Amino acid sequence: MTAVPEAAELQAHFDQTLEHSRRVEPRDWVPDKYRATMIRQIAQHAHSEIIGMQPEGNWITRAPSLRRKAILIAKVQDEAGHGMYLYSAAETLGADRADLTEKLISGRQKYSSIFNYPTLSYADVGVIGWLVDGAAICNQVPLCRSSYGPYARAMVQDATDRFWWPSLMMFGPPDDQSPNTAQSMAWGVKRHTNDDLRQRFVDMTVPQAEKLGVTLPDPQLRWNEARGHYDFGPVDWAEFKAVVSGNGPCNTQRMAHRKRAHDDGTWVREAAAAHAAKAAAGRQT
Amino acid sequence: MAGNEDRVVAPVRSDWPLYEVFLRGKRGLNHVHVGSLHAADPQMALHHARDLYTRRNEGVSIWVVAARDITASSPDEKDPFFDPSGDKVYRHPTFYDIPDDVPHM
Amino acid sequence: MTGDQTEDEFAAYQGLAEDTGDHRWAFGTGFADPLEGIDTSVPEGVDAEALAAYCLMLGDDALILSHRLQQWMTRMPELEEETAIANIALDLLGQARMLLARAGRAEGAGRNEDQLAFFRAEPEFRNVRLVEPEDADFAGLVGRLLVFSAWRLALLGQLTGSADPVLAAIAAKGVKEVAYHRDYAAQWVIRLGDGTEVSHARMQAALAVVWPLVDELFLADPVTAALPGVAADPAAARAGVDAVLDAVLAEATLDRPGAAPLAMVAGKTGRDGVHTEALGYVLAELQSVARAHPDATW
Repeated sequence: MTAVPEAAELQAHFDQTLEHSRRVEPRDWVPDKYRATMIRQIAQHAHSEIIGMQPEGNWITRAPSLRRKAILIAKVQDEAGHGMYLYSAAETLGADRADLTEKLISGRQKYSSIFNYPTLSYADVGVIGWLVDGAAICNQVPLCRSSYGPYARAMVQDATDRFWWPSLMMFGPPDDQSPNTAQSMAWGVKRHTNDDLRQRFVDMTVPQAEKLGVTLPDPQLRWNEARGHYDFGPVDWAEFKAVVSGNGPCNTQRMAHRKRAHDDGTWVREAAAAHAAKAAAGRQT
Repeated sequence: MAGNEDRVVAPVRSDWPLYEVFLRGKRGLNHVHVGSLHAADPQMALHHARDLYTRRNEGVSIWVVAARDITASSPDEKDPFFDPSGDKVYRHPTFYDIPDDVPHM
Repeated sequence: MTGDQTEDEFAAYQGLAEDTGDHRWAFGTGFADPLEGIDTSVPEGVDAEALAAYCLMLGDDALILSHRLQQWMTRMPELEEETAIANIALDLLGQARMLLARAGRAEGAGRNEDQLAFFRAEPEFRNVRLVEPEDADFAGLVGRLLVFSAWRLALLGQLTGSADPVLAAIAAKGVKEVAYHRDYAAQWVIRLGDGTEVSHARMQAALAVVWPLVDELFLADPVTAALPGVAADPAAARAGVDAVLDAVLAEATLDRPGAAPLAMVAGKTGRDGVHTEALGYVLAELQSVARAHPDATW
């Protein structure tokens, strides 16, 4: 019979696993703080998928072609699926989905700040697909060679004007204001710093905007030959702070919507559980 | 309503238990674990598994098992290093209280 | 979510920025005609105008109900149900697209699925009234879906033998989908009917709302009459549908409502373009963006 290992041995084994970039398995011993961080990171990613359904779902019933409507339904459905898959992953680490839902609704856990902005036109859906979802969602991205419908084109420019800065904020606060980054990187949980990712995003997106014929709302955006990157203007971190602390344009609305769906669904979930219990009791007699 | 009063029903809960999902594809030889979902009963679990994990492809065999019915062994190679409190069930029996001050995404 | 952007992802995205020669304003690339490559000529001896109208009937049923189901997304009682309802909405939307496209071809006036969906007004819609009202709650959703699916499955079952090969093909695909929808709805009606006292009361009330709209589903109409061997006979579907509903209600411990059929207006109803007040709001929402930019290509 194997002896129960000492705490020091457990920690040493964990450190070794990380050092050799081996994967941490769900049932391995890990430090409490690591487990908590992993759960929170995964849960917040899951919450983002679920909450993200709202701004995009806002335009399903009004999508201006049946094909676009189908694509958008499938996209929002995918988000539900991803969210559920991520909740499952959090559960393998010891979390409970009902508890995570409670933490989301009570504001104790967050979701991506970008979803606290309203989607005010159908063009917003395409722009979110472009700026937030990034690669491989080509069908969602506005293609602009020549203007066929001048009003539609203005709609895309307007959407870009509203979502550009929030999409930069999505990468989180600047590195010098992100104290947990170092620990997360040591754990291998985070692989690039916030500023790194933000810069890569800008470098990738500026040429795309040029091709699409939309202007990014930053007069300081320019290529810096010496750095080999685009310079860009200052992000309004006060706005970011307000949004992540619950004071963005849609925070209350998004939470209320999620809470209402959950609360309104209580009698349904109870009925299903009651029916299942009856069926099980019936089988036992 | 006939028949409802006859059966004793446990106190009503609104969360649904966890089910683990296993799939065997058309050409597969065995079922493979693909993930989990919450459902009120096995039949619902099967239905949802088909929606979530197969996009309703035909010819895929699905097993759903209530997570509480699974007993797991410890991972072999790391035998001395598994968490000693978790050898009875597949998932950890406790979950961790999340601190409020946590990094932004 | 933008996390690790690999070079491969970046390369895939580069493809977007390349020239396609497509000079239309479109949110994305390319178009897909739902009936592309299919011979949509009207069979010999079949009344083309009636066939177009018939496809609109079945297409509008699916289009409007899909809209009502779409309105439930992000509001379902549990996340797993979100996936299920989106699937059903997508299936019905797919059937609507094919049927509307087929109607446009048979009509021969050059109208495609989008022109029919977004630029007709209420009197030109031919759906039954069952698909129009908003669901009061989840019981309403599954109750109406059960009735609709049981009925539609019966019609599609007949249509697999239609003399119009396009209708037959659409029906063959639709049968599998709608069997699943009916199954989903039936299981939920049973859970709610034989769940808690609260759910039983809500489910019974939901049926009372839906029942007055049932009779209309089985009425004869001149379009169907003009398409012998092509269209499904609704009256012939009645016995089978009643049997299914009775079986589900019995297992759900629910009573069959005794409500009288909803009155028609001057002898006309949904199939004739005379709808409930709810349809106007559905179309206002559905058509608003398309109508705001009538020249745009999406």
